[in-house]
Amino acid sequence: MDRFAWASGLLEMNETLVIQQRGVRLYDGEEKVKFDTGVLLLSTHRLIWRDLKNHECCIAVPLSQIVFIEEQAAGIGKSAKIVVHLHPAPSNKEPGPFQSSKYSYIKLSFKEHGQIEFYRRLSEEMTQRRWENMPVSQTIQINRGSQAGRIRAVGIVGIERKLEEKRKETDKNISEAFEDLSKLMEKAKEMVELSKSIANKIKEKQGDITEDETIRFKSYLLSMGIANPVTRETHGSGTHYHMQLAKQLAGILQSPLEERGGIMSLTEVYCLVNRARGLELLSPEDLVNACKMLVALKLPLRLRLFDSGVMVIELQSHNEEEMVASALETVSEKGSLTAEEFAKLVGMSVLLAKERLLLAEKMGHLCRDDSVEGLRFYPNLFMTQS
Amino acid sequence: MHRRGVGAGAIAKRKLAEAKYKERGTVLAEDQLAQMSKQLDMFKTNLEEFASKHKQEIRKNPQFRVQFQDMCATIGVDPLASGKGFWSEMLGVGDFYYELGVQIIEVCLALKHRNGGLITLEELHQQVLKGRGKFAQDVSQDDLLRAIKKLKVLGSGFGIIPVGGTYLIQSVPAELNMDHTVVLQLAEKKGYVTVSEIESSLKWEMERAKHVLEHLLKEGMAWLDTQAPGESQYWLPALFTELYSQEITPEEAKEAIP
Repeated sequence: MDRFAWASGLLEMNETLVIQQRGVRLYDGEEKVKFDTGVLLLSTHRLIWRDLKNHECCIAVPLSQIVFIEEQAAGIGKSAKIVVHLHPAPSNKEPGPFQSSKYSYIKLSFKEHGQIEFYRRLSEEMTQRRWENMPVSQTIQINRGSQAGRIRAVGIVGIERKLEEKRKETDKNISEAFEDLSKLMEKAKEMVELSKSIANKIKEKQGDITEDETIRFKSYLLSMGIANPVTRETHGSGTHYHMQLAKQLAGILQSPLEERGGIMSLTEVYCLVNRARGLELLSPEDLVNACKMLVALKLPLRLRLFDSGVMVIELQSHNEEEMVASALETVSEKGSLTAEEFAKLVGMSVLLAKERLLLAEKMGHLCRDDSVEGLRFYPNLFMTQS
Repeated sequence: MHRRGVGAGAIAKRKLAEAKYKERGTVLAEDQLAQMSKQLDMFKTNLEEFASKHKQEIRKNPQFRVQFQDMCATIGVDPLASGKGFWSEMLGVGDFYYELGVQIIEVCLALKHRNGGLITLEELHQQVLKGRGKFAQDVSQDDLLRAIKKLKVLGSGFGIIPVGGTYLIQSVPAELNMDHTVVLQLAEKKGYVTVSEIESSLKWEMERAKHVLEHLLKEGMAWLDTQAPGESQYWLPALFTELYSQEITPEEAKEAIP
């Protein structure tokens, strides 16, 4: 019920009334709320409820907030209901009767019937989503249109009923899934709170928490996907998992690196490794966190960050600065080269070719000619001929 | 007169009290960690139950995925942070998005020479769907955006630029600042832009407009048409997909696969 906002009940410029029904009571999830006797109005844009006795008391929720709806049949002593599942309230929502709610759905209880027709109209509005455009048609035209739709050929009724049943079944499954999801998220939220509290303890007792405990805590955060509240580091970096992963990577990447001249971009590595795995893929963060540990673990690969932000994996034996010397030779032979031309000549990816030429420039071996025709590199004659 | 709290004896006593307090503090942290471990196990069970009932729903239903992701974000959980996380292991959400990441990288690499590393979300979506084949799960634009956000950490320049009602996806480490972005947004309507249009719409001086356009030309994100009637037009290949939307050629595909 916290998605509702106080309203005047007056329709906006392009808003049209679709249907209204007296005798509707509202529920916040499973709980009755004080809005027990009122008129429920459906417009092209909103669902509005107005108290029958006190016309000043009027609340509304935009139809765009609705995820989906389902019917709940009447029972003994129970009115038929429509269950409306809603998106979380946006932060800029106007004030309403409830600040918060533990439910993500509301119920509309039709004490004076009318549920069937109301459901039908609401479904229609959800499908048409007229609130997304500027509605042009007038009320009269709209009503006429839907009246025509009600007259159907007899044979089609059976088919439509089957489709309706199938839709209800799907809706029921989705609604159950949604409910279960909401409950699950409540529990996950508890885990987040607990981790914050532990993090605070760690901050207070700086240095009094053991290395082991820190690693344990990090791996718990990793499992839940919670960012480390203490260091704000990427989730659970530096855990045993990442250490193992680093060792695995060293094994997997040795040959591919050798085949590619000792250097590969991190995106290439990501694709290569995940294509090979097929299942239980690595997240980009897993890869980065593992690669950060390569040097510390004394593995024969290392992670290198270029000025441009590009990250690569190099064999320890690879020396990019030496490669620069041979790049200079290549460029000198050809007079000048762009990154694309160099890449093609040497058989490298354009991304890495560019990084090498940029490094050569940084080291003073190459000069650039930056024009609209592209970035071209020349041997730095200022250096060599002075 | 006795003054409390002063003197070597008092200091020693205080130190002892502090040490004892610290000890308790460590024990408290240990207790909480033990509690978290237990709660984690319980949560894992809950998640397993949820997965056994709804795992298919997540894989098949893009809408449900959006719900799931939104809810996670609201409570401060990132289900895609690690393949080792519970969410990934039990719900399989990880594999779905990480594989999508691979497909996105490959499409962007293959088309980079055509569009300079800028592509509309629509075109990316089309190409990815084509690559996945007709029996693959449905993938929505929301899915693509989430996968791309995760790819940023790899450092190869993945970025998302809002233009018009959609997004341009950047996949090269070219620096695109606010000025560039604004010009891209201006160009989105027709697929091209001229210096005069920039001057009148954005109220910039010619120098500034030219500087931005030249940068886009250098990066290969814009092409110059000097034969246009009137003044030169700067076209963005990323934006004129109707004219140029083609299959990825074998040569382009080779560039993409490491």
